[in-house]
Amino acid sequence: MSQAALETTGPAFEAGRPVTAGEPLLALRGVGIGVRRRRRASEIVRGVDLEVFPGQKLGIVGESGSGKSLTVLSVLGLLPDPPVRLLRGQITFAGQDLGTLDDRGLARIRGAEIAMVYQDPMTSLNPLLRVRTQIVETLRAHGAPRDAARARCREVLNQVGLQEPERVERAFPHELSGGMLQRVMIAMALAVSPRLLIADEPTTALDVTIQQQILELVEDIQARTGMAVVWVTHDLGVVARIVDQVVVMYAGRVVEKGPTRTLFAHPSHPYTLALLGSLPHQGTLHRQPLTQIGGTPPDPARLERGCPFRSRCPFAFDRCAQEEPPLIERGPGVAAACWKSPDEWKSPDEWQK
Amino acid sequence: MAEIVLRATDIEKDYPSRRGPKVRALRGVSVALAGASTLGVVGESGCGKSTLARVLVGLEQPTSGRIELMGELVGGTVGAGLARRIQLVFQDPFSSLNPRLTVSVALNEVLAVHHLVTGRPERRRRVDELLTMVALGPRFLERYPHELSGGQAQRVAIARALAVEPRVLVLDEPTSALDVSVRAEVMNLLSRLQDQLALSYVFISHDLAMVRHISDTISVMYLGKVVESGPYEAVLGAPLHPYTRALAEAVPLPDPEIEAGRRKAAAGEVLTLGAEPLYGCPYHPRCPLAEDLCRAQVPDLVELRPGHEVACHIAAREAPVGTGPAARADQKETSP
Ligand SMILES: Nc1ncnc2c1ncn2[C@@H]1O[C@H](COP(=O)(O)OP(=O)(O)O)[C@@H](O)[C@H]1O
Ligand SMILES: Nc1ncnc2c1ncn2[C@@H]1O[C@H](COP(=O)(O)OP(=O)(O)O)[C@@H](O)[C@H]1O
Ligand code: SF4
Ligand SMILES: [Mg+2]
Ligand SMILES: [Mg+2]
Repeated sequence: MSQAALETTGPAFEAGRPVTAGEPLLALRGVGIGVRRRRRASEIVRGVDLEVFPGQKLGIVGESGSGKSLTVLSVLGLLPDPPVRLLRGQITFAGQDLGTLDDRGLARIRGAEIAMVYQDPMTSLNPLLRVRTQIVETLRAHGAPRDAARARCREVLNQVGLQEPERVERAFPHELSGGMLQRVMIAMALAVSPRLLIADEPTTALDVTIQQQILELVEDIQARTGMAVVWVTHDLGVVARIVDQVVVMYAGRVVEKGPTRTLFAHPSHPYTLALLGSLPHQGTLHRQPLTQIGGTPPDPARLERGCPFRSRCPFAFDRCAQEEPPLIERGPGVAAACWKSPDEWKSPDEWQK
Repeated sequence: MAEIVLRATDIEKDYPSRRGPKVRALRGVSVALAGASTLGVVGESGCGKSTLARVLVGLEQPTSGRIELMGELVGGTVGAGLARRIQLVFQDPFSSLNPRLTVSVALNEVLAVHHLVTGRPERRRRVDELLTMVALGPRFLERYPHELSGGQAQRVAIARALAVEPRVLVLDEPTSALDVSVRAEVMNLLSRLQDQLALSYVFISHDLAMVRHISDTISVMYLGKVVESGPYEAVLGAPLHPYTRALAEAVPLPDPEIEAGRRKAAAGEVLTLGAEPLYGCPYHPRCPLAEDLCRAQVPDLVELRPGHEVACHIAAREAPVGTGPAARADQKETSP
């Protein structure tokens, strides 16, 4: 069963709009997401701009609560409303403003063009249905005839490296290990040949050896199909391994973005600098003190005026308390939300206290 | 070799299971911890790390085996005086602190229960001292757990463990529940306390980079057994067991230059629905090197290099005792 045959089976498989050269596949512009808590509304994700080009692998990093999940959920109109809502901003996919689509239109994009994989596979698997039923039904919902859908199901289970696809197909979710379930999820996501895969911490709960296999699997498929990938994680190691562009989030904002190598070699935001220093890496001496950031991340719902990082930042000066820095360009493709450029920073020894 | 403060020998721990055979969580585990040093314990989830932690601190009785603390046999008739010398610090500090007690009350209570400090003013002084040790000021005295951040709560949990003047802390994933940006703070604190108080640590974590950073020796566990153990730079820098090798290679390093040049290694995962093997090396179904011998016979833990033990037939054959480059003691960097 070939993919081409599937693609001609129904209206849901009509190829999405082609992307004009140089145009992003997915773009978020000024995205603001609000949450209502005890009758008080606040904007917890603010002014997020990001772009994913065809075939690109973008990483979104940040610690828990920084707004990564809400940002990616907003793309597909999946915010938990209430209490969370998209307040402002524009989201375009292949040049199409997703805000203009109705639920059906969004649902169609969700299945056929953009696929999502979550940290907990059980959020998207039905515990009462066999694996095969779930994958086949997904495909049928997008117009594939039953036989074609079954064949495709077997094909993708094979593709994700499950050694006994016949047994896995017939299994119920609880009969599979965490690593196997995550593979099934990826198989389900890939079954429809999406142009964009959004993965929200899919390996965080897995052991490193299993994580490695999932990362390799996705890289492999990405290289073969040329789909774009958005990978959400708090693990800078995972970022270094698989993505080529990075967006760093802090307290609901994008605080730095740039090509992976540049960002690791020459971070442009003090938070990125500190995060990198807080991890043992090559050259760190055994038991040498690690960079300590001090303090804790603020609640994005209760931010004060100025830069959200300033209370933890050793480089802060008057202006940081007055005005919130916008993303300022610091190099080719590099921007950081910090009033100071890296050459104005004091010695990083300031962190060691 | 420094004096051994904690030695566990041939520890077995079985749990009854409703359906099927009992769970053999620990199968003959032995560890030795030298004074003022750190033993790192790594291995994937379910391999028995937390069970080992609970057995070491006496929260659970082993099915068999012996534990000696500071040269004395633990268990049975041992007094509280010895038992308090080893303390457990958990992953989630909030679950280990009583939500209704302020920091001050919680610490005072521990001191009172153990009759460690008598007299109110002395106790007060000791509580202040404990908070200072974990770098928390007096303003934290009257706080309840919910008024603390994760990092602060973990420091209070450490202060409470220190209150009873232990020689050994068993730290079960002490940074895993913390924000990435506060992990370094807890790690630095642990290193400093070790130097100040000559503490010994059993540091359990799935974060291999952190384990390597802080540990003097490392034991790698797989399905309830230690499969490799030795000096940190040997075990994680030049691992001899295929499982340790797979683990070390699987950890993504926060360095795109290294990651780009990295050889892809298939770690092998049990992708079938069956569980562990009935015969042979417990790792053989996943092992890329497995031979007939591996499928038939359980490998013993053998010392292949000074202080470096490995349970693998192939490693024992390829790197017999006394050949090959010995673990280099001058290699002191944290990462490969
Ligand atoms: N359903 C919800 N209701 C209220 N607040 C929420 C909800 N989901 C997330 N938040 C808040 O929004 C912020 C960002 O959350 P999230 O996007 O999940 O962060 P991340 O994925 O980076 O850990 C957090 O402060 C979180 O508490
Ligand atoms: N109280 C218990 N009762 C039954 N089985 C248990 C109990 N505690 C742990 N186990 C089992 O023992 C094995 C080891 O668990 P654990 O020590 O928690 O591993 P780790 O901490 O390495 O993840 C697992 O198979 C687990 O399911
Ligand atoms: S804007 Fe100021 S406080 Fe914020 S990161 Fe830059 S220097 Fe630090
Ligand atoms: Mg999230
Ligand atoms: Mg555990």
